[in-house]
Amino acid sequence: MDTKRFIARHVVDLPKSGIRDFFEIVAKMKDVISLGIGEPDFDTPWHIREAAIFALERGKTHYTSNLGLLELRRAISRYVEKHYAVGYRPEDEVIVTVGVSEGIDLALRALLNPGDKVLYHQPCYVSYHPGVTLAHGVAVPVPTRAEDGFALNAEDIARAWQPGCKVLMMNLPCNPTGGTCDPARLEKIAKFAVEKDLIVFSDEIYSELVYEGGHVSIATFPGMRERTIFLHGFSKAFAMTGFRIGYACGPAELIEAMMKVHQYSMLCAPILAQEAALEALQRGEDGMLAMREQYHRRRDLVVRRLNGAGLKCHLPRGAFYAFPSIAATGLNERDFAYGLLEAEKVAVVPGSAFGENGRGFVRASFATGYPQLIEACDRIERYVQKLAGSPRVKG
Amino acid sequence: MVPNHAILDVLMNPVLKLLVEGGNLTTAQMAQVAGLPEAEILRQLEQLKKDRVFLGWRPVLDLSQEAAAAVRAVIEVKITPERGGGFNRLADRISRFDEVESCYLMSGAYDLLIFVKGPSLQKVAGFVSERLSTLEGVLSTSTHFMLRSYKEGGYLIEAAAQPAERLKVSP
Repeated sequence: MDTKRFIARHVVDLPKSGIRDFFEIVAKMKDVISLGIGEPDFDTPWHIREAAIFALERGKTHYTSNLGLLELRRAISRYVEKHYAVGYRPEDEVIVTVGVSEGIDLALRALLNPGDKVLYHQPCYVSYHPGVTLAHGVAVPVPTRAEDGFALNAEDIARAWQPGCKVLMMNLPCNPTGGTCDPARLEKIAKFAVEKDLIVFSDEIYSELVYEGGHVSIATFPGMRERTIFLHGFSKAFAMTGFRIGYACGPAELIEAMMKVHQYSMLCAPILAQEAALEALQRGEDGMLAMREQYHRRRDLVVRRLNGAGLKCHLPRGAFYAFPSIAATGLNERDFAYGLLEAEKVAVVPGSAFGENGRGFVRASFATGYPQLIEACDRIERYVQKLAGSPRVKG
Repeated sequence: MVPNHAILDVLMNPVLKLLVEGGNLTTAQMAQVAGLPEAEILRQLEQLKKDRVFLGWRPVLDLSQEAAAAVRAVIEVKITPERGGGFNRLADRISRFDEVESCYLMSGAYDLLIFVKGPSLQKVAGFVSERLSTLEGVLSTSTHFMLRSYKEGGYLIEAAAQPAERLKVSP
């Protein structure tokens, strides 16, 4: 029987993730140094894990409010106010989600009518485009560029804009590029959003991991709080990916709409993860800053080495990814990544996995220990030299 | 000794940070991480030694292993402070015994806390009864033998040494 015919058309039409097939190959290989990992190498700090264990011992095994534990929402509200200078009422303007991934899905499903258009920058996180498609929206990419440090520009958004655009979705700092926006650029984007009556989904999951100049949320600009859904979580800065815990903040009506979708699909985020998240907010800041310091040093190391190897690489201001151009090698990003894996057993992710505008680039995560990073850079250098057939490649 | 005003600078020293947090980096690797020539790392290490900030390297061993077996004890020592010298002269004298690994002046019920190590229980006991407690100025000792180690110099003894598995490639 042809069971495939039962699958919804828009799911059949979804492209397979460009990371998935690469993963299959890497998973079968031995002794690979992987710079292809999109999560911290640090285990969750012990005090946070211990809080989860303690919660389990106390019998915290039940449902919570759909919005999440009020105590956690209060802590989130205080944290966001303190670090992002935007106030949200814990009672009805904060919802706890299963990672930012669920937060984005809720926002898209709650706000999109079929055919509504969503502007998003590209390269970007792998699930943005499919997420829009799954919510029956139409994804409209806005290019970002290496010469700009992959910052997002209002002019490019204006160029990509078309009638029917309802949402602007952005992830700053950005996975895979590490791109951020300075306040001047953000202000222009905010003005454009107001002018075109756009609602902004601002995924700020990497915002603690900014190495220069600090982080500013678009929600702080005039007229933006009421048209922004601020999405954040604990995965990256607090090294809690496996807990699957995040949150969304925004105007009460929008949070209420997201809550409707959430209550009929997820019901609530797991209580143990919520308890762990509370501990992270209450006592996790020192540990988080220590991890950030390590990422900072690793970034400097990797970017210097990649440029030295002849792969031109901008300095990513945030997140934990270097996104070098591999144009100088004459290969495309897939051939480069597969060749590097085969020749030197180093895994990087082809930039095209993050959208068309990622062509000519690869993503190298520096969420890995110093010795492995140094060894990986040595191997990349050797590979690039071999490709060039000469001792040095001009970058 | 480092002058007091320089201590903050020293703590900000990237080479020192890498020594403390880097986890067994070679000087060549430290050079890469710090973005400095290896010769400069070696020079800074020498300077830290000269300043008596960085005192030396020690391996961290699991002393329950046959190859590294040793008997260890902590001893609480009450001593008489001296006019002019306080506790320092006697503390220094005690610290110089090879058996003594560490020696601290403490607040509270006793004065010095010393960590001693020896090849056998008899040897450590002999050190306490014949050498330590007979020193002039030592009023009393209270010896506690260590039975088992769970964490040694920042390393967990029992915990699986291998790090948790991550997916080899993830978005």
